[in-house]
Amino acid sequence: MTIQTIKAALLGLTLAVAPTLAAADALENIGKAGVLRVAVPEDFAPYGMMGPDLKPVGYDVDVAGYVADKLGARLELVPVGGANRIPALQTDKVDLIISVLGKNAEREAVIDFANAYGVLNNSLFAEAGAAITGPADLSGKSISVLRGGIADTLLTAAAPADATIKRYEDENSNTQAFLSGQVDAIATGDLIINALVARNPARVPVEKFILNTSPLYVGVKKGETALASRVNEIIAEMITDGTLEGISQKWLGRSIPATF
Amino acid sequence: MSYSFDFSFLANHGEMILHGIRVTLILITVGAALGLLTAVACNWLRMFAPAPVRALVTLYVEFIRNTPFLIQLFFIFFGLPRIGLSMSETTAAVLAMSINLGAYGTEILRAGLQATTTGQWEAGLSLGMSRNQTFWRVALVPALQKMWAPLSSQIVIVMLGSATVSQIAVADLTYAANLIQSRTFRAFEIYFVVTAIYILLAALVRLVLQLVGRHLLGTRHMP
Repeated sequence: MTIQTIKAALLGLTLAVAPTLAAADALENIGKAGVLRVAVPEDFAPYGMMGPDLKPVGYDVDVAGYVADKLGARLELVPVGGANRIPALQTDKVDLIISVLGKNAEREAVIDFANAYGVLNNSLFAEAGAAITGPADLSGKSISVLRGGIADTLLTAAAPADATIKRYEDENSNTQAFLSGQVDAIATGDLIINALVARNPARVPVEKFILNTSPLYVGVKKGETALASRVNEIIAEMITDGTLEGISQKWLGRSIPATF
Repeated sequence: MSYSFDFSFLANHGEMILHGIRVTLILITVGAALGLLTAVACNWLRMFAPAPVRALVTLYVEFIRNTPFLIQLFFIFFGLPRIGLSMSETTAAVLAMSINLGAYGTEILRAGLQATTTGQWEAGLSLGMSRNQTFWRVALVPALQKMWAPLSSQIVIVMLGSATVSQIAVADLTYAANLIQSRTFRAFEIYFVVTAIYILLAALVRLVLQLVGRHLLGTRHMP
């Protein structure tokens, strides 16, 4: 058998199988199996990380638990890294992605998105005692930021002319600059700061104001509209009954955004 | 070729590049001066200081010559503040460059001093000079003369290596290049221009060192 014939055979097989897969309804299957498989972050505190008993815990895990309850299914957590979240969904290893997933055009081409259940912020952080409530207070201060990142663009636009912006090549140098007291403030993602605070640094960065907000969405396999709309209903319930607020307070120590 | 070149960023960011050139030149001027002084001082200590101090000099030279410049820089800028020694990024950069050049310079100059023959030392001593005076008045200048070319090369190497200090946000030429690149995404153009600037700066530094050598040390050969 030549390579060509194998290829042709595989192509034929794919074409034959594809319509059956598309026709299958994920929501129905979850109901039948009684199991909801969710991709959660394996190491992305506080959204998903391993608890003391080596079971995943975190914001995303709690959201996944609520969704499974409402679907009347047992929750099966599948810890994933950032790069294999979408492949896990595409290859049917999971039914949903609840794993700090942001939306962009490339991702929208391959999977569908249900509504947002959380947000990541880029914010300005400084020591608790620092009198900073808005960009104007940065006058005369030095601020570290990752060069060319979103925070850099936002900070450069917002900061007054006499603020000194120190641009670093990577997040590690960026956070080190703050920790070692070389700058007054730091602009970065709250995830970076959360990971940092978890390690009990001597100089604790505290959020002073938010630069921008990017929503986190539930990822659903392409074309699974029934599941996506059921998830949207559940997220809406979760917001109205206060569960999401509770999860946000528990893991992030702040309220859910007013836009929810 | 489908890429269309666009050098228009030079109009908007020229000031940033000029500032970068100024910073790089200041860094290498101060760094070279302090580095050469360190090299001379270390060689003096190696000849006249008590054994423990001589051992410390050897430790310093070997430590610096066997660790990466970037790590030395990070240690000074991020590490030292943890034990209360905080300094601005420019000071940290100058310090790192001086310490680095000082270590390499010490070894280069040592070769020059060793090339000063025993006869010259004896001549100095027989004229009633102390060993210390002989070091300063007889041995040092010929050693610097002999080694001016390799010392100049080392200074140029340190200047080119100073591109690394952009990592701790010193606004040198490389920092300007990286910043403009992340604003305009014109990687080819900006790094092309900056490479050319570095070549010119290296030529300039060599020329200045050649003049310094000729006037202060009486070197006749091209460094």
